[in-house]
Amino acid sequence: MHNKAKTLWEIFITFLKIGAFTFGGGYAMIPVFQREMVENKKWITDDDILEIIAIAESTPGPIAINSATFIGYRVAGFFGAFFGTLGVVLPSFLIIFAISFVLRSFQEIQAVRYAFAGIRAGVLALIIKALWTMYKKAPHHLVSYIIMAGSFAVAAFTDINVLYIIIGCALLGLVYSVIADRRAKNGIS
Amino acid sequence: MVFLDLFLTFLKIGAFTFGGGYAMLPLIQEEVAAHGWMPQEALINFVAVSESTPGPFAINIATYIGAEVGGGGSPLLALLGSFGATLGVVLPSFVIILIVAIFYKKFKENKIVKGCMAGLKPAVVGLIASAGLTILTTVFFPNGFSAVMFRELSFYVSLVIFIISLVLIFKKVHPIIVICISAALGVISGYVF
Repeated sequence: MHNKAKTLWEIFITFLKIGAFTFGGGYAMIPVFQREMVENKKWITDDDILEIIAIAESTPGPIAINSATFIGYRVAGFFGAFFGTLGVVLPSFLIIFAISFVLRSFQEIQAVRYAFAGIRAGVLALIIKALWTMYKKAPHHLVSYIIMAGSFAVAAFTDINVLYIIIGCALLGLVYSVIADRRAKNGIS
Repeated sequence: MVFLDLFLTFLKIGAFTFGGGYAMLPLIQEEVAAHGWMPQEALINFVAVSESTPGPFAINIATYIGAEVGGGGSPLLALLGSFGATLGVVLPSFVIILIVAIFYKKFKENKIVKGCMAGLKPAVVGLIASAGLTILTTVFFPNGFSAVMFRELSFYVSLVIFIISLVLIFKKVHPIIVICISAALGVISGYVF
């Protein structure tokens, strides 16, 4: 019983550190996972890390939460998952909650307004970088390009809810995969 | 009730965003606009704040919108709002990953999951592009698209800052440094012109 509590505490503290010290979230956390979980604590292996990334990518939600829940569960079951997730969320929550009170009045200062006008142009550059990264990771064939163009056009120029776009594209991908599988099988036989 | 609304809205966002981070932006933009929670500009400003503070974007934005919408000056209400929104955005991941962790082997080789991913990966590209277009409009054409804006100095100032940031970010300069540089350029041009 005592050991279990100690493990849960360690999971909580480790993920708290990761939540508090990784900027940019998501993939920025992967090298930290590797150092803390694989090398220091030996809770998981390098192969586990690859699997966790694959799972995080094929399930909804932020990669940080997905990994914390998954690793926590691997190490100590349900409560491991709970304390891992709590640990990774808590720093963000506290920091942003504190900032939210000053951010509005802060944004009314003239110099800060000028700064944010510049920052918005910088944010556009960050989004284009993210777009490029996701483009490279997506499959590259005709159907994939059609889905890219289609989801962009529908999201940007119609009032159709983004949720329907996501569900529709998932179904399209499923239909495409089934057809591609059948063709591959027929090709062999 | 606003707290339940925050919780349910972010539950939806958490359950339907694949790829994390900026892939969430289009859905958040849509929900924020539909509820009239805050202007687009405030949302884009917060993207920069989130890049400069630790932690995942999803948690940061949920906590912030929760505090802004729920609060109205009262710290206790802001805390409730933040808590509702953050719990909402975390819960779907937590529950789904728990289920996946239990049935791990079956999930990994599941053809339906693989098939859906073949459609979701390119969809995320399209959705981020759409979020980018909204930001582009806010940055370059804040007063709508017209011939007049090409005579306005602010358009060219934004363009230069954007190009510099783009070059830096593709040269793998850290996002926080890019944000600091674009902020400094914004302040300098604001006072000079």
